[in-house]
Amino acid sequence: MGGTAVADAMLLTRRNLLHYLRVPSLIVFSTVTPVMFVVLFGYVFGGAIDIPGFSYIDFLMPGIFVQTVAFGAMQTGIGLAEDMSKGMVDRLRSLPMARSAVLVGRTMADTIRNFLVVGLMAGVGLLIGFRFHNGLVAALAGLGLVVLFAMSFAWISATIGLSLGSVESAQSSGLVWVFPLTFASSIFVPVATMPGWLQAFARVNPVTHVVDALRALFLGGPAATEVWWSLGWIAGILAVFVPLSVSRFRRL
Amino acid sequence: MLSPVSSPNGPAILVEGLFKSYGAIRALDGIDLRVPAGSVLGLLGPNGAGKTTAVRVLTTLLLPDAGKVLVAGHDVVKEPGRVRSVIGLAGQFAAVDEILTGRENLVLVGRLYHLEKDDASRRAAEILERFDLVAAADRRVGTYSGGMRRRLDLGASLVGRPEVLFLDEPTSGLDPRSRIGLWEIIAELVAAGTTLLLTTQYLEEADRLADTIAVIDNGRVIAQGSPDHLKSRVGGEVVDVTVTPAAHARAAVTALSAIASGEAHVDPQAGRVSVPVSAGGSVVADAVRLLDAAGIGIADLSLRRPTLDDVFLTLTGHAAEAPPEARVDGALTGGPD
Repeated sequence: MGGTAVADAMLLTRRNLLHYLRVPSLIVFSTVTPVMFVVLFGYVFGGAIDIPGFSYIDFLMPGIFVQTVAFGAMQTGIGLAEDMSKGMVDRLRSLPMARSAVLVGRTMADTIRNFLVVGLMAGVGLLIGFRFHNGLVAALAGLGLVVLFAMSFAWISATIGLSLGSVESAQSSGLVWVFPLTFASSIFVPVATMPGWLQAFARVNPVTHVVDALRALFLGGPAATEVWWSLGWIAGILAVFVPLSVSRFRRL
Repeated sequence: MLSPVSSPNGPAILVEGLFKSYGAIRALDGIDLRVPAGSVLGLLGPNGAGKTTAVRVLTTLLLPDAGKVLVAGHDVVKEPGRVRSVIGLAGQFAAVDEILTGRENLVLVGRLYHLEKDDASRRAAEILERFDLVAAADRRVGTYSGGMRRRLDLGASLVGRPEVLFLDEPTSGLDPRSRIGLWEIIAELVAAGTTLLLTTQYLEEADRLADTIAVIDNGRVIAQGSPDHLKSRVGGEVVDVTVTPAAHARAAVTALSAIASGEAHVDPQAGRVSVPVSAGGSVVADAVRLLDAAGIGIADLSLRRPTLDDVFLTLTGHAAEAPPEARVDGALTGGPD
């Protein structure tokens, strides 16, 4: 059964990737939006905010990586909701295939997409002046961490998409959880500049830990603590939301 | 494929005491069904009657609250995997991927039935041929017409050569020509020996395709029998008369009692009377004569075949289009039905 589950998941991964290749709005969402984020935030805020010790673009880029994949995670729930509303999920559930394949196929496709998104953003970032200051290994470790983080958010999004079942609600719900997590974090400004109550939230926010880990990995400095915090959050999110999605899927 | 454990003569579908509730609403309120292998059961009922809920339980998409459900001898609760390997399902929505081509859709389904790559391609080609989709095979399904999508959807449900096929309102929303085309395809399948459970809101569709019709209302089977048997309970045909003034409606029923074969339905406000009659050459002339003799003015008179409404009126005393409060219930019992 194990081999079957992998084969089934791969079939659906391929199907979902074909969607990304063939639907113009999905291509734009996956490539143009991340590039736009890098360029806009780099140039718009680049000169305005002064972070001691760094150029702002170097401070900002790790945050933009995380923000982009966090917003991109909404696509997982939207895709599942779309398949549900069009009857595709019912068809797949009536086939003698592994039950896990629909969810794994969706999150795998989104993870592969994120590898491309992250690579593309790194390229554009380098073009407009961003630099990795801490060597190739640390840079690659950081980009890998972004992709892992994106995968954990994809499963949150999957749970929400399966619970809502409509594309429109999945779309707007993303704003309710993704917005606070990304903005009340260290993405744009150091947490220390926030009011006390918001600092309390921002400091435990997984987004802050991942962004701080990336800054250490890309720019230099002690990274281990923040990397472990990030991995802990990612493992925790997966431990909660993978079983939640699976149980939602079983009881559709 | 796994072979069924049932004896060759066992029913392809056996349902006993099936219950399913959504909160306080009983979508299925004790259903019993028995479909012999190779036969066609039409599940006939209005929106919200429980048809789709029943299909979802029988195809392992939904767990029942109580009752026994065997499909090809396999229990849907205990052995859902075995059930899935011997069924095909086409739902109401033409559940095919619009971004993939017709061929890619069929190959994907074949691969998910665990056919080898070559077998899946060959099976897809056979189905495209059979459903007259060869010319459109390598176009994205997004460019297909509604009728073509339904054909592809039906084709997808056949990829695994199912022993038992479930079609949930296969022709709803189709234009008459596409509907008739789909009926011809379904009739061929049935002639080849596939066991079929079909849900429909159209008496004509059940009449044309089913060996047995189960009429379902508010989650219960309220009548079961051959199409002829059910229609004979309604009468052969129905005379619809609109009288002027409307107040003469009751008098019209009395006047027409000589040719009535069942209970008349009266809408006193509109002055409309529907009277079941035995099929015969002169009923229209007879009706006109009888009304004229009673001095009742006729605004409109027509003769038609009995519809689901007439079956429902006869069987339940209420129209197939559920009254408002029942319709609210229907809307809550698991979506479109």
